[in-house]
Amino acid sequence: MPDARKRSAGPAPRQKKKKNSPAPAAARSAEALAKGQREIPVSEFFAKNRHLLGFDNPRKALLTTIKEAVDNALDACEEAGILPDIAVRIDHLPEVDENRFRVTVEDNGPGVVRKQIDNIFGALLYGSKFHRLRMSRGQQGIGISAAGMYGLLTTGRPMIIVTRSKKGRPAHHVELAIDTTKNRPEVSVDEETDDFPPHTGTRVIIELEGRYSKGRTSVDEYLEQTAIANPHARIVYTPPARNGDTNQAALNADDADTTTVTPAGEIVFPRTVRTLPPEPREIKPHPRGVELGALMRMLKQTGEKNLGPFLQREFCRVGPGKAKEICAKAGLTTRTWVKQVDHAGAEALYKAIQGVSLIAPPTDCLAPIGARQILAGLLKGVRAEFYTASTRPPAVYRGNPFQVEVGLAFGGDLPGDGPARVIRFANRVPLLYQQSACSAYKAVVETSWKNYGLAQGRGAAPEGPLVVMVHMASVWVPFTSESKEAIADYDEIRKEMRLALQECGRKLGVYLRKRQRAKRERERRGVYERYIGEIARAVHTIDPSIDADRVRDGLLATAERLTALADVEFDDDGNPVGPARDPRDDDDGDTIVVDRDGPPTGGAPGDAGRGARPPDTQPPPEPRGARRSKARKTATKKKRSRRARASDSLFSSESARS
Amino acid sequence: MARKKTTRKKTTRKKTPARRRPPREPAADRLGALARAIADAAEKGEDPSVRIPTRALSNVDYNAGSRIIEMGDAAQTRSFFNLGQAKKFMQTALVGAGCRELLRQDKTTSIRDLFYHCKHTIEGTKENTFDEQTESDAIIEDLEVALASLREELGLFAEPKGALVGPMVIEDKGDTIDLTRMGSGGYAVPSIVEEDVIKIKSCAARFVLLIEKGAVWRRFNEDRFWDRHECLILHGGGQPPRGVRRLLWRLHHERGLPVYVLVDNDPWGYYIYSVVKQGSISLAFESQRMAVPDAKFIGMSSFDAEKYGLPSAVSILINDRDVRRAKEIRGYPWFKSRPWQREIDRMLKLGVKLELEALSAKDFSFITETYLPRKLREKDWLD
Repeated sequence: MPDARKRSAGPAPRQKKKKNSPAPAAARSAEALAKGQREIPVSEFFAKNRHLLGFDNPRKALLTTIKEAVDNALDACEEAGILPDIAVRIDHLPEVDENRFRVTVEDNGPGVVRKQIDNIFGALLYGSKFHRLRMSRGQQGIGISAAGMYGLLTTGRPMIIVTRSKKGRPAHHVELAIDTTKNRPEVSVDEETDDFPPHTGTRVIIELEGRYSKGRTSVDEYLEQTAIANPHARIVYTPPARNGDTNQAALNADDADTTTVTPAGEIVFPRTVRTLPPEPREIKPHPRGVELGALMRMLKQTGEKNLGPFLQREFCRVGPGKAKEICAKAGLTTRTWVKQVDHAGAEALYKAIQGVSLIAPPTDCLAPIGARQILAGLLKGVRAEFYTASTRPPAVYRGNPFQVEVGLAFGGDLPGDGPARVIRFANRVPLLYQQSACSAYKAVVETSWKNYGLAQGRGAAPEGPLVVMVHMASVWVPFTSESKEAIADYDEIRKEMRLALQECGRKLGVYLRKRQRAKRERERRGVYERYIGEIARAVHTIDPSIDADRVRDGLLATAERLTALADVEFDDDGNPVGPARDPRDDDDGDTIVVDRDGPPTGGAPGDAGRGARPPDTQPPPEPRGARRSKARKTATKKKRSRRARASDSLFSSESARS
Repeated sequence: MARKKTTRKKTTRKKTPARRRPPREPAADRLGALARAIADAAEKGEDPSVRIPTRALSNVDYNAGSRIIEMGDAAQTRSFFNLGQAKKFMQTALVGAGCRELLRQDKTTSIRDLFYHCKHTIEGTKENTFDEQTESDAIIEDLEVALASLREELGLFAEPKGALVGPMVIEDKGDTIDLTRMGSGGYAVPSIVEEDVIKIKSCAARFVLLIEKGAVWRRFNEDRFWDRHECLILHGGGQPPRGVRRLLWRLHHERGLPVYVLVDNDPWGYYIYSVVKQGSISLAFESQRMAVPDAKFIGMSSFDAEKYGLPSAVSILINDRDVRRAKEIRGYPWFKSRPWQREIDRMLKLGVKLELEALSAKDFSFITETYLPRKLREKDWLD
């Protein structure tokens, strides 16, 4: 958003002509009708159809406003290479109106230069993201201005933007409203101000009619999930202070180790990863991903004169050879003038493209969160005992590269009754609505979790203390609607999701079996240990010359040995110590077991060593068997809390310090 | 009175017979050996275990030579480091310790008492060593077979059940008791009748009559049957307890008295006779010390109703359970003799059973004045 570039030419949905207005009677002439026919400004269209953008009701409007502002802030920071530091504040203004809220979102991004402020915040469909194939949170450039427009519509208050784009230079304070009929911003206040931190950044203030509540699909949940998917961001959230006790509840509900609440009532989602995600590359469209209409538009808009260079320059994965092949198949040549390609020609070209074998689009344009980062995010946001994550290799749907990642958190303090919680992300943005319409949720439902030791009803998510996180990263995420609530159901996407879920499920299954085993062993040992004292005493009673302590010690040692033996047997049982994994991503950082109850879980000593290894410091490659036996040897001595080790070594983080 | 004097003289002449087996020490020694085995295993890091012979029909053999039931070799090993057996093992040790303490203090107690003695909460837990008395009862039986010691030897007794009268003088814990002067209740046979508790000082009886139930025994006592026929009359209140069986054994083996068993004419009566004669399945290891293979079945027989002209109204139709049990008994190797097969077949054929009291249809004292004297005279019994 802040480095928004002016887009080239106006594409499809900018204006809509009202054409076939119903003719009630033949009495009126076409000329008379023409008077009523005029251009509909997009702004006005959306003002009337605000549900399309996620402003259906006051509660959702509040969420959408914050979501758009935060998404923009995160995108801006990442594009500028700055670790995001974001402050979100909701002020309830009951003195004005019971439903009046003021939302303030401030980032430490690059800021916005003065002359772009009007366009970025004041016009719908203005942005840098629509015309490129590059992974980013926002796509259409509707979001923030729509939020401002919604605020204006419901409260009459303009949007306030305070931004500093260069250090040492004064910040700009701009208040603007959108003229919905013209899709143009109207600036009411424009001044320089000192009321902004010294670094660059942007603060957006929108006053709107809304409703604040907690629970599912709330602002709190959105920010919590955002923090999970963006472990590199620090988010400070100040919810509206209502009766004073609500914040206290938030404190108790959250993990004090990781997400903290300040006395002032701010919820701090700490930064747990100190590296920015790699910057995604922009790519040209892949020929396969282009539909006929789009192809015709590209033919019209290209600066190339000949068909060959057009294909090579405007698409990826088309070299001179492929260009020639495509042209030949279409009955054209590489020298054909682009301007001479008519509708029939374009259609032939389109068909030719489908018949040519092409390399899949490049996938380095994707920046997945990464298994370790997902673990870091889950670890701070979810209090579980077992965490695992996996990142699928990139795949392609309709010519768009995408990548699916899945994280699982199991056990611990998660509620065990009822179905698992599925949290969905698209390009790191949480999707809170329309769960059942979403491809990610469907993939969770159709995965057979029974294989991994979980109960699952027919056509339902698995049951148990489980959080399933599904993330889809793509240059173009196919949403089912403009409000970006659910991922459309493409077979390729669903399949990748299922595979990723299965990968994680297998690891969970291994862990659960191991845990079951460990539990049994613990119980076994517990039973023995309970009775040993009785037996020693009884034996001593029968024959007082027998030393009760020696009998006790002997039996205790045997009990320990026998139950420990069973652990080892399990490890060598053919069940690997660690989760089964794909040889391609042969790293040890995709599973963490956290000990929540204090006493070490006897069954997972292998994981103890494994999980605690800092993911950023890859150990030198070592034969797996050797490593495993080492972990086992030391396992019994490692009484130190795994939790502590996980936090002080896994992440160079606030969480360890706080 | 005169007779009494003579019996006393007899006893003074005949000194107590040599002890066949010192009664108490072995039990304590065996307990000690058990404890040491556990301690040794513990120190060696082995799994301590107790070998418990199986108490089931499958593990008893009828020894045709000695005519008693003997225990086979089948046994289960109860080991501590077996999740399903750990608690029972601990309980076995506790019961053993309880018994050892009883022996040390030279006390006897009831099995219920021992249950409370062993019952406590395990330190640091909420678990009790025992919850129900049935648990400790089962352990006591296990310990009996494991140590091949009767519970009485371990200092435990069952509720005394059974009474005895007749021309005999005994010494019970130092008290001399003349069993002809026991009034209507008779002498309650204690659970422990070993030599050190009960000494037979003199005995003028010619035989012992074991009667199934107390009510019939009262008739015999009231009619002074024991006086007229110079015998001891004894009842066991149904299935005779160990004390009664052991006393029978002593009277038979030490005094050479023949034993006659008078029970109801039903399968359960047959089985009582069988236990007295050959020993029981659950105490097969003690058959040698309990069974009286020469015991005779004097009544009631399936043929008696006809023989003694009992009205058919006093017979009871046998039910399915009776039939099943009768067939089972007919299959026992020690009932394979022809007369016994005829006896049981007859019951099944007639389809009726008789209680001893049925004889009262003729007269209240028919059983003591007519029935039994005639039986004895005619030697009308089964072996």
